[in-house]
Amino acid sequence: MTRGFQKAFKAMMISSSILVGSIAVFIFAYVMIKGIGGISWSFLSASPSYLENRIGILPDILNTLYVLLTTLAIVLVIGVASAIYLSEYAESKKLARLVQGASQILSGIPSIIYGLVGMLFFCQILGFRTSLLAGSMTLVIMCLPTIMKTTQESLEAVREGYRESSFALGAGKWRTVRSVVLPCAADGIVSGCILCIGRILGESAALLFTAGLAHSVNGYLEGMSSSGATLTVALYVYAKEQGEFQAAFPIATILLVLALAVNLSASAVGKRLSRGRS
Amino acid sequence: MKAVLLSFALAAVASVALITVFLVSSGLPAIGKIGLLEFIIGKRWASTAKDPGFGILPFILSSLYAATCSILIGSPIGLLCALYLSKAASKRTRAVISTLVDLLSGIPSVVFGLVGMMVLVPGIKQLFNLSDGSSLLSAIIVLSIMVLPTIVKVSTTALDAVPREYEDSSLALGASQVQTWLGVSIPAARNGIAASLVLGAGRAIGEAMAVMMVSGNAANMPSLFQSVRFLTTAIASEMSYSSGLQRQALFSIALVLYVFIMIMNMALSWLVKRSAS
Amino acid sequence: MKRTAIVIAIIALAACMAFANGQRETRSISTDGSTSMEKVIGALGEAYTQLHSEVGFTYNPTGSGSGIASVKEGRCDIGLSSRALRDSEKAEGLVETPLAYDGIAIIVHPSNSVENLSMQQIAAIYTGEITSWKAVGGPDLPIVLIGREAGSGTRDGFESITGTTDQCLYRQELTSTGDVIASVSQNENAIGYASLASIKSSVKALKVDGIAPSEESVKDGTYAVQRPFMLITKATAKLSQTAQAFFDWALSSQAAGIISSSGVVSAGL
Repeated sequence: MTRGFQKAFKAMMISSSILVGSIAVFIFAYVMIKGIGGISWSFLSASPSYLENRIGILPDILNTLYVLLTTLAIVLVIGVASAIYLSEYAESKKLARLVQGASQILSGIPSIIYGLVGMLFFCQILGFRTSLLAGSMTLVIMCLPTIMKTTQESLEAVREGYRESSFALGAGKWRTVRSVVLPCAADGIVSGCILCIGRILGESAALLFTAGLAHSVNGYLEGMSSSGATLTVALYVYAKEQGEFQAAFPIATILLVLALAVNLSASAVGKRLSRGRS
Repeated sequence: MKAVLLSFALAAVASVALITVFLVSSGLPAIGKIGLLEFIIGKRWASTAKDPGFGILPFILSSLYAATCSILIGSPIGLLCALYLSKAASKRTRAVISTLVDLLSGIPSVVFGLVGMMVLVPGIKQLFNLSDGSSLLSAIIVLSIMVLPTIVKVSTTALDAVPREYEDSSLALGASQVQTWLGVSIPAARNGIAASLVLGAGRAIGEAMAVMMVSGNAANMPSLFQSVRFLTTAIASEMSYSSGLQRQALFSIALVLYVFIMIMNMALSWLVKRSAS
Repeated sequence: MKRTAIVIAIIALAACMAFANGQRETRSISTDGSTSMEKVIGALGEAYTQLHSEVGFTYNPTGSGSGIASVKEGRCDIGLSSRALRDSEKAEGLVETPLAYDGIAIIVHPSNSVENLSMQQIAAIYTGEITSWKAVGGPDLPIVLIGREAGSGTRDGFESITGTTDQCLYRQELTSTGDVIASVSQNENAIGYASLASIKSSVKALKVDGIAPSEESVKDGTYAVQRPFMLITKATAKLSQTAQAFFDWALSSQAAGIISSSGVVSAGL
């Protein structure tokens, strides 16, 4: 291995890293430069109008919020409960492995298959029709593995001593989990939530068939039961189906800013976690 | 309480069972009617023609071609980057580039598609003097960029986990840094690195939105500069209006995709088990 | 304690769902289908909700074939199609009502010097017999064929009128009228077909057999490449009161002005 080869190799390592970094920077810069001009209060607070020839993304923002809240509410209940069972109550190793295996399979399935099954099961068989609710339920199944994994890790990281002291004081198992273990694991659960939020914000294929593409401004209940586009789906429709780049680039900018925010909060919570543990 | 929690825990298992049952029960009938061989090896897909054809070989080959090429392009770049971050970068450089990699992984796929549509497709058209830039090549480049964060993050973790003693012994024996990295670190981390490639390939084969915006969507046999359709985009583009045998055939395509993903998943767990032991 | 909280949450969610379901049936109209009809239906929906503010109106731009499938499966109230129903679809219990007539414009990039094509030339181009713009009097560039997906009403209309059904060799099969317009506007070699009502100044509409596409030439039939915009409903199931009211209003003379200002010819006139 010659000196020259080693130098070249190190240079390739550095240039690969620079390449990866610059791709990220380029995408951010390109989208933001093209999109930031289109963002104004009227853009954010209006809905699109054919009669007045106006574009606005208020309905998409509202739909995204509704889907986010609903999905998180449901997936947290199911996911945290599953993780609690797996880490605190499970006796048979086989069952635990079965559940974990299922969770791993779920995390590898492409989102378009989720969209397909969601359309069949939630929209047609359960009768939800094309609605935000069907979209939310589909997203719940998609985010389940993430919540289960992060919650289980943080539950297992809680020191055994805490549990033992609680038992010694006479508390029952469920009481211990509820009042001692869960609060300690809260940071990990929050970081799982943030990961989920990132995933929900970026999801489009699964929502395309289950939640549809409409742009009407609705209150929460009416919104959940009717079809609506979230920000990513709206971006797809504006860019690909309507060629309306005046709306597409600002939406992309907003999505990137949100992705940035999710990323920063995830690392902030991660830092708190590691400080707390050490 | 335990029973309540158990029932929630079974939700994950129930979901997998649901998805599998649905795909198999919706996908098998069409395969039966069309004939397994004709379906998988048939080259002509014309689902709405008067004389319909349901051969999905073009889709299978396009998806495999795209996933393989994007991994071939993404892995050297991703691995070199991971090696740099894990072994050679200063703390600050590592923090900066790691953040950029995390940001890249958080970008929604439609944004990749948008940038691909507006920058990559016209660029490829000009660069190769094509009549139209929407092609397999555009899809491969977009997919390579999308799998990079996965490869970098998982490989970095695997490389970090190599015990320092291995590397120190190698250096003590007189090997250079590069020799150590190539001869000790990478082989020691090979299961984790392989896992990152499988994860990346899974993502590449399952991607629908981004490639739909850059690849033209015509049901041809794959060719680098031609418009192509993948397993995923075949489902996405015809699902909403399909009926009858056409719809059942689309479910069969989803079943084929699911089988591919299952195979990759099994490869992944086998690799993870090996690296843990 | 937690258990009761969970049970209460589940009951509350179920109640919300039931409530939402009930709301939807009486106060909203859901339409689904043709992307070419976007401007017309969007304008009609908006005007209607301005007149009746308690009603919600949604439109899903998914394509004619998808709209027909959607109304058949009960996923929406009114399906939108930019082609007439086939006999097999009518046999499944679907009913069509013409709302308007729209021309299909043959579009090229504004820099393309070609101004006029005959019907035979269009057919020859799309079936691959003519592959260079030079053969029809344009620049020496290859022709890139852009069209719609198989379930599109626009594609159905285009292919049946030009006589090229199942024979077109598309380079790109896109899923909406807007996408065809956007793709043609970005590629100087491209030719495509799209709803006349949706055409923007980013593309150039060609004359067919010497007739330029416009509302007048669609109305008097001289521009041959045209098709109807249809409202699709189920013969067996009655529309909800709200949806029926919208349906009748859209076909009345009050809505004719809105339909015309969207660039199509109202069926009532």
